[in-house]
Amino acid sequence: MPQYSLDDLLLILPTVFIIGWACALLLVDLFLPAKRKNLTAFLAALGLLAALVFTVKQVGIEADAFVGMLVIDGFSIFLNALVLLSGLVSIALAYNYLKRMGIERGEYYVLMLFSISGMMLMSMAADLIVVFLSLELLSIPLYILAAFAHPKEASEEAGMKYFLLGAFAGGFILYGIALVYGATGSTGLTQIYAAAQNGLENPLFFLIGAALILIGLGFKVAAVPFHMWTPDVYEGSPTPVTAFMAVGAKIGGFAALLRIFIVAFPSISDDLAPVIGGIVALTLVVGNTAAIAQRDIKRLLAYSSISHAGFILMAFVPFGDENVQQNVAAAALFYLMAFAVTSFGSWAVVQTLEQAEGKGLALEDYAGLGKKYPALALAMLVFMLSFTGVPPTLGFAGKFFLFRTVLEGGYIGLAVLGVLTSLLSAYYYLRVVIIMYMQTGSPKVNREPLLNAVTAVSAVGTVVLFFTATPLFRWATEAVLKLY
Amino acid sequence: MEFILEPLNLVTFFPLVGVFFLLLLKKEQAGIARWISLAASLVTFGISLWVLGQFNAGNPHLQMLIKKEWIQVAGWNLNYAMGIDGLSILLVLLTAFLTPIAILSTWTAVEERVRDFHIFFLLLEIGMMGVFLAQDLFLFYVFWEFTLVPMYFLIGIWGGGQRMYAAIKFFLYTMAGSILMLLAILWLGINQQTFFLPELVYKGGIPAGVQYWLFLAFAAAFAIKVPMWPLHSWLPDAHVQAPTAGSVILAGVLLKMGTYGFVRFNLPLFPKAAIELAPTMALLAVIGIIYGAAVSYSQKDVKKLVAYSSVSHLGFVVLGIFALNSQGIQGGILQMINHGISTGALFLIVGFIYERRHTREMDEFGGLWKIMPVYAVLTLIVSLSSMGLPGLNGFVGEFTILLGAWGAGSGPLGTPLYAGLAAIGVILAAVYMLFMFQKMFLGPVTNKKNEDLKDLNWREILILVPLLALIFWIGLYPAPFFNLISPAVDNLVHILDAAAVALH
Repeated sequence: MPQYSLDDLLLILPTVFIIGWACALLLVDLFLPAKRKNLTAFLAALGLLAALVFTVKQVGIEADAFVGMLVIDGFSIFLNALVLLSGLVSIALAYNYLKRMGIERGEYYVLMLFSISGMMLMSMAADLIVVFLSLELLSIPLYILAAFAHPKEASEEAGMKYFLLGAFAGGFILYGIALVYGATGSTGLTQIYAAAQNGLENPLFFLIGAALILIGLGFKVAAVPFHMWTPDVYEGSPTPVTAFMAVGAKIGGFAALLRIFIVAFPSISDDLAPVIGGIVALTLVVGNTAAIAQRDIKRLLAYSSISHAGFILMAFVPFGDENVQQNVAAAALFYLMAFAVTSFGSWAVVQTLEQAEGKGLALEDYAGLGKKYPALALAMLVFMLSFTGVPPTLGFAGKFFLFRTVLEGGYIGLAVLGVLTSLLSAYYYLRVVIIMYMQTGSPKVNREPLLNAVTAVSAVGTVVLFFTATPLFRWATEAVLKLY
Repeated sequence: MEFILEPLNLVTFFPLVGVFFLLLLKKEQAGIARWISLAASLVTFGISLWVLGQFNAGNPHLQMLIKKEWIQVAGWNLNYAMGIDGLSILLVLLTAFLTPIAILSTWTAVEERVRDFHIFFLLLEIGMMGVFLAQDLFLFYVFWEFTLVPMYFLIGIWGGGQRMYAAIKFFLYTMAGSILMLLAILWLGINQQTFFLPELVYKGGIPAGVQYWLFLAFAAAFAIKVPMWPLHSWLPDAHVQAPTAGSVILAGVLLKMGTYGFVRFNLPLFPKAAIELAPTMALLAVIGIIYGAAVSYSQKDVKKLVAYSSVSHLGFVVLGIFALNSQGIQGGILQMINHGISTGALFLIVGFIYERRHTREMDEFGGLWKIMPVYAVLTLIVSLSSMGLPGLNGFVGEFTILLGAWGAGSGPLGTPLYAGLAAIGVILAAVYMLFMFQKMFLGPVTNKKNEDLKDLNWREILILVPLLALIFWIGLYPAPFFNLISPAVDNLVHILDAAAVALH
């Protein structure tokens, strides 16, 4: 019978706090009158802020909790902070939007908090069972959130689709876990690693198990060919949910991928690298070519998000190479951060233009933005350049870091494919710019201080953080995975 | 503060002051916007002269070097490094010189969104300066890619009817080349542990086989920018659609970034590959010279004619560079300046007539000499300079290049044939330029619409006078220019000679 102590709880205090706060908020919300639901948003933000403080206080800690089921290290602390910040931004994005679209209900923020706690657990999970549980904790609230605009059909469809395919992906992961357990006799990442080092009786089961886990997580991060759900779900979900999902679910998925594969599966990296390389190539090519054909900004950003998953996965290919392992994690973390900043900014712009009943989402609705709302257009320009990877933006720094890792790992062909698909992406990102600046039109916008703030902060951050990237690079590289 | 006042930082970033004041303006204040932009670019030109004053022509190495740590974590070794030497000083001066001239040319040509136009223009100047001064590969790449953005907008917003197509073509073409260079830069950074150019050159030791690939990756970026045949197809579109000032800067400075890149990076970093690939590069250059000239001859739109003539002229520059000897490279660098002046002037001249008649079809004109004598004389001088008449600047550059290419016949190029073929290009240049001049200016006035055209006004003459002065100065007394270039070029040739010895 393993012994737990209070220390274990203290180590995961930020997550425990978020879960407790969410439960309390669920009750508090019952007693709030319908017109005062903004108080729930405010309280949720407060909770995230407090958890963020706890998280920052943990910097430097490296420890196991709950007999090695969870691990707190630089990696998890970095991701937790990123997730909490993403949550704060998502609340800012949702605040007016829910009111404007007439779907303001307190559960929204509570569900978000639950999903965030899942993401945080995911970044700390050192046991496959915990990985699965946190994946469900992360996903189930997201399914509900995707359908939050019911009875709007698109939103219901999005929720249903996301749920079905998510459950499917969960099945893959669970089956993979079972096979890995069968092959190694354990679900703990370090024990799996040790068992694999000592030689396995049935290495094929191990390999298949790892591959199934890869497929399941591939669904979560929307890698091709497991991406089918993404455009429809992104398009149908309420926009702030899409924004949250695009960043948060990605963080969760990559947290699990990085930790599981780097810690537990380095011994089969030679077998898996070609598979992952193939997924990367498909993701980059399909994501970027399909985006070219899009006429709806939400679908365009969905495909763009798929292609960025491809870029992050690209750095992941050399995960078994001991010399570049830590750079793999650092490059992925840095890119996730750069993607989060840029992505939230662009979604804020989308929301600024979005009108009721799905209007204002076509690319044509951006015509004339450059002339009529120069500041907003400038911000969108910055985001598009950052997505493309043109300096001086954070997106460029991220790609620079990624490509270095890929080259260090010796995958020159992948790097070339990466830059060529970047070029492809320039075409559709620049089309947004062309429409904004070079076509005439009279776009309608919603002037909301919170949205403007998110847009402005993200745009300034995207540029300024490029010039002062040193601390960010340092955080990302110091956010090392605890290896054994 | 000291850091900001470094001469090279000042000359690069001073236009930001102009941008700042422009941002304070209201959209309607077009007049003030023009003056602010002109003032900012003139001060920048002044600073560049100050830099010239401090420049020691006898020193072959980098001067006024600034090196500050930028990102130094996680195995990164990125510096903010700027420096100037004989390879770049003239290009810096050219940039600072052409920008106010181009701005002055927009006075009546750009009426829409004037403030934004000048913001982009000044940002472009910053990018170009940075490209010529950066001494760290990462920093260089940042400036290099950044220049795409303002130019993209200058073409896309203020360009002609097909501007969107031209703008995106320009962006994608150039980006296609530079992303391959990015991978090569990363390879260097990983394997040589530094991005600082002098250190990379000093370290050397890149295996010949790898040099080949790296050379090609860098060359992809530069050859598209120059543009070398057969990668030139973006250029006519960009030029024809760009507003006059954009064309002036595009031809005058932006294309030089490509040829400068060859000199600054390809030759010293990959000398062995440069020696082995020199015949190929020279061949492409010669094809470009003749192809550009032939296509120019068949144009009906005078702006397109000038655009294709750039392909031909820059072929000369590339030929000179890949002669890999002192004469060739010096001639190449001087010819970059000459082309910037002459072709810049030609685009201005085309712009003047376009503003009056809103057409550039040569068939629409004829006998303009009788109506606009001042304009005709100035055009004649610039045309003669462009075709390389002795006594004017073009001759000096082309002649030195041909001498270099001829001399390289016994060296890396293997045969003097390249020089011989390039000489045909000089003749062809005379053919298409004179053909153009004859058609537009000589003979009777054939089109009634031209009868009331006004001759150049004081502002337009003022724009051309400094360019003409340089055309004569370089043509008659080029020694001071060569003196600035030669020590650094000789230094570069030493590196190449050492590599040649190692090869054989």
